[in-house]
Amino acid sequence: MAKVNITLHINGDTYSVAVEPCRTLAEVLREDLNLIGTKIGCGTGDCGACTVLIDGKSVTSCLSLAVESDGKEITTIEGLSTKGDTLHPIQEAFVKEGAIQCGYCTPGMILSAKYLLDRNPEPTELEIRQALSGNLCRCTGYHRIVKAVMVASKKINQQNGPSKASGSNEESD
Amino acid sequence: MNNKQNPALNQKVSGPYTQKSVVGRSVPRIDAPDKARGAAQYTADMKLPGMLYGKLLRSPVPHARIKNIDISKAAAFPGVKDVITGKDTPGIKYGNWRLFPQTQDEYPLAMDKVRFIGDEVAAVAAIDPDIAEEAISLIHVEYDELPAVFSIDEALAQDAPLIHDDIDQLEGNISIDRNIDVGDIDKAFDKADLILDDKFTLHAVSHAYLEPCAALAQPDVEGRLILWTSTQAPYIIQCLLASTLGLPENHVRVIKPHVGGGFGGKMELRSWEFCAAFMAKRTGRPVKFVLTRAEELSTGRTRHAMNIRSKVGFKKDGTIVAKDFEAYLDGGAYNSMGPTATFLCGNFGAMLYRYPAYRYRGYHVYTNKTPAGAMRGFGAPQALYVTETQMNIAAKELNIDPIDLRIKNAMVTGDTIEGVTKISSAGFVESLQKVAEMSKWKEKRASLPNNKGIGIGCYSFISGGVFNWFNTPYNFAACEVRAYDDGTAHLLTMASDIGQGSDTVLRQILAEALGIKVENIRVTSADTAMTPKADLGTWGSRVTLMNGNAILDAANKIKEKLAQMVSIKYNLNIIHEVAFANDRAFAKAKPERGISFGEAVAMWVKTHRGEELTARGYYTPRDKGLTTPAYSFGAQVAEVAVDPDTGVVTVEKVTTAHDCGTVINPMSVEGQLEGALHMGLGYALSEQFVIRDGKVLNTTFLDYKIPAAEDMPQIESYTIETYEKEGPFGAKEAGEGLAIPTAPAIAHAVYDATGYRCKDLPITPEKILRATGKITE
Ligand code: FES
Ligand code: FES
Repeated sequence: MAKVNITLHINGDTYSVAVEPCRTLAEVLREDLNLIGTKIGCGTGDCGACTVLIDGKSVTSCLSLAVESDGKEITTIEGLSTKGDTLHPIQEAFVKEGAIQCGYCTPGMILSAKYLLDRNPEPTELEIRQALSGNLCRCTGYHRIVKAVMVASKKINQQNGPSKASGSNEESD
Repeated sequence: MNNKQNPALNQKVSGPYTQKSVVGRSVPRIDAPDKARGAAQYTADMKLPGMLYGKLLRSPVPHARIKNIDISKAAAFPGVKDVITGKDTPGIKYGNWRLFPQTQDEYPLAMDKVRFIGDEVAAVAAIDPDIAEEAISLIHVEYDELPAVFSIDEALAQDAPLIHDDIDQLEGNISIDRNIDVGDIDKAFDKADLILDDKFTLHAVSHAYLEPCAALAQPDVEGRLILWTSTQAPYIIQCLLASTLGLPENHVRVIKPHVGGGFGGKMELRSWEFCAAFMAKRTGRPVKFVLTRAEELSTGRTRHAMNIRSKVGFKKDGTIVAKDFEAYLDGGAYNSMGPTATFLCGNFGAMLYRYPAYRYRGYHVYTNKTPAGAMRGFGAPQALYVTETQMNIAAKELNIDPIDLRIKNAMVTGDTIEGVTKISSAGFVESLQKVAEMSKWKEKRASLPNNKGIGIGCYSFISGGVFNWFNTPYNFAACEVRAYDDGTAHLLTMASDIGQGSDTVLRQILAEALGIKVENIRVTSADTAMTPKADLGTWGSRVTLMNGNAILDAANKIKEKLAQMVSIKYNLNIIHEVAFANDRAFAKAKPERGISFGEAVAMWVKTHRGEELTARGYYTPRDKGLTTPAYSFGAQVAEVAVDPDTGVVTVEKVTTAHDCGTVINPMSVEGQLEGALHMGLGYALSEQFVIRDGKVLNTTFLDYKIPAAEDMPQIESYTIETYEKEGPFGAKEAGEGLAIPTAPAIAHAVYDATGYRCKDLPITPEKILRATGKITE
């Protein structure tokens, strides 16, 4: 199959790659660009492990063709915190709240959470559960993932200036 | 509730372990930051120079002789570097029960027969995955189809075809059986006022770990092999891979990268691990296999479907007098871990309550279906679904509160099952009492509106098995601890973190023992060329107890040496004990007489003319009965709402109280509980294979439904801390057993809401509507 030249803007870097039109974005990220943080749990769009953000929107990259992303801005898990060992508040909350067990769902979960918090900085528990319902996790029962997203939302809102939320209780553990 | 109902309850469970600094703390997972960043490498993420991509050809028919395989077109396809069939391999069978070679019934690739749809027939290695896939479609196999059996009944019929006609010892399709006889069962039933005799069917489910299996093999110049694989049991893979390749064990090095969940499904040698290694040897290039989700769901191991008949006798006051328990396990085409499940199912049938007489007959039956293996709970979810449902039926019949009935019969510390096991600690009664209080059991049972229900289910589970069917000459658990003069230590172990968090928990145990900070411990797990032999791996909830004990053994050896240094330095009277805490080693009674951990190590090294300070620790359970050194216990209450028109069940709240001994890491234990609940919920309500003539039809997560975030109930839990003397710092199993109580608790709640008693899992809207008369045809 003839290859097509495309340009991908990933995590602030620009990559020119030649790809076969049938290849998925997940394959190109993982195989060609070594961005292995994007995981494949199903390859059929059902588990969310391959979630990335394209122009800020969450997309299952196993179903999207790489050529469709030509010229677009892509954020993968590697792009969430680019500085050494600092973590994005969502990542940090996932670590501290025990939201990570085997970790295979984690990158997709974190990006889905980011997509949610970008649109809705103070989601309710139900909104979080709904927003993450396309991301399957077999290890955690989601409980701590949901909690981590709530903790992250508070932290991000604090960082972004005075919290709109009324002086709610600090998370105790 | 009144403890006097069970006279043995006067015996107190021993109190919790209190002198802890690191043990008992919610230390975050050591691997979590890497996982959060997407930096953690799983096998499928790995790539090596010159690597080839492997793909398997699987049988499209359930039972057939292979007449001919033509690989010529595939082999000639550009980019294909190797094609193999069973005939190219050494043709050596494998299986985890090495002690009984006749149970080792699987070839890496089919030799002359296929036995289920998905059985591995041939493999290709090519320069890219698409070429490998294309080449697979060019292999032409001629099959001579044989009659096939798809159920236990069909497999046991007089004229049933023999699935393993090449195993001399077998006469039919029963591959293994197991009997347990305690007391005089027939006489015991004479004393019963109420006898329940029920049949249950339990269904198969998938482990559905998010990371599909993957393996990558690399040959080295001397003909040895390295295998990176997504496994729970590196040592088992090393041994079995070596034997199927005809190599010395030490020529195979197995390295476990991060593993994306296992739940029992990754503890055996599998075809792709063999094929990767074998083709790597043949081609001189690395070969990687990554399974698809469709392969996982249609051909991966499952939890056993079972048919169980259980007869239980009660006295009027609720006392159990006898139980007669018979289980047929639908094993699928190969033994896999079925023999162990058959054994354990019988043991679990006798757990939780005191059965003065107990009889078990268990049969593992071959069928032409995907083989079932070990899965979280390992024979217990089925056995205890039956047990717990019958307890609830009996409570109703006897007009006794279901929790009171359980307390009356509950196992307590010191109980024994004659000739089988001893319960060295049990916080079961306390769990029942606590869960009743937390869930407001009595009030809610009396007051719930129509279509709402509340129910209970309980569990007990093992902390690792004492059996050695793998026939290892090495210890069950081993580790090496290296102590350094900078005050740090390095733990090397084959215990496998597969996402459950053992790297963190074992580090906490070592930190507690040596009195140093968790941050100062590096962990290497697992690499069979570096980590000491052996460890049977992560399954049967063995790691915390067994590897924890091995770590204590090593730590004690190190401490003994360092105590000598403190003693010399301060000229300590020999009556002084040397303690280790806060990164120091010191005289316990005179803490000022002490030095830092690092200084003590430096002193030892210098006094030994440069020798490194290391110690190996081991653990093997000896004379601990037939099952396990220690049992966990717990009770769970589920509250449901059932839509009367659609039959849809919503689980609103689940409350749990459980006894896992000393809690080493509360956050980890809670995470295990929540994850187990997810699995139990799926088992009860949504997960099921649709199989037609041996073919699995639902091969995506769209059709095989594991619960999503929205499906989860509100969760409350409480840990009853007991001290288990067999475990490190009093710890025992946590997390696997918790997959058991959810299904019976939900079933009981559904009964409470609708009157439908489920003896045929899963609970579906259709079954509920039929029972309530909403569907009649
Ligand atoms: S891998 Fe893309 S949704 Fe599962
Ligand atoms: S942490 Fe294992 S799948 Fe989510």
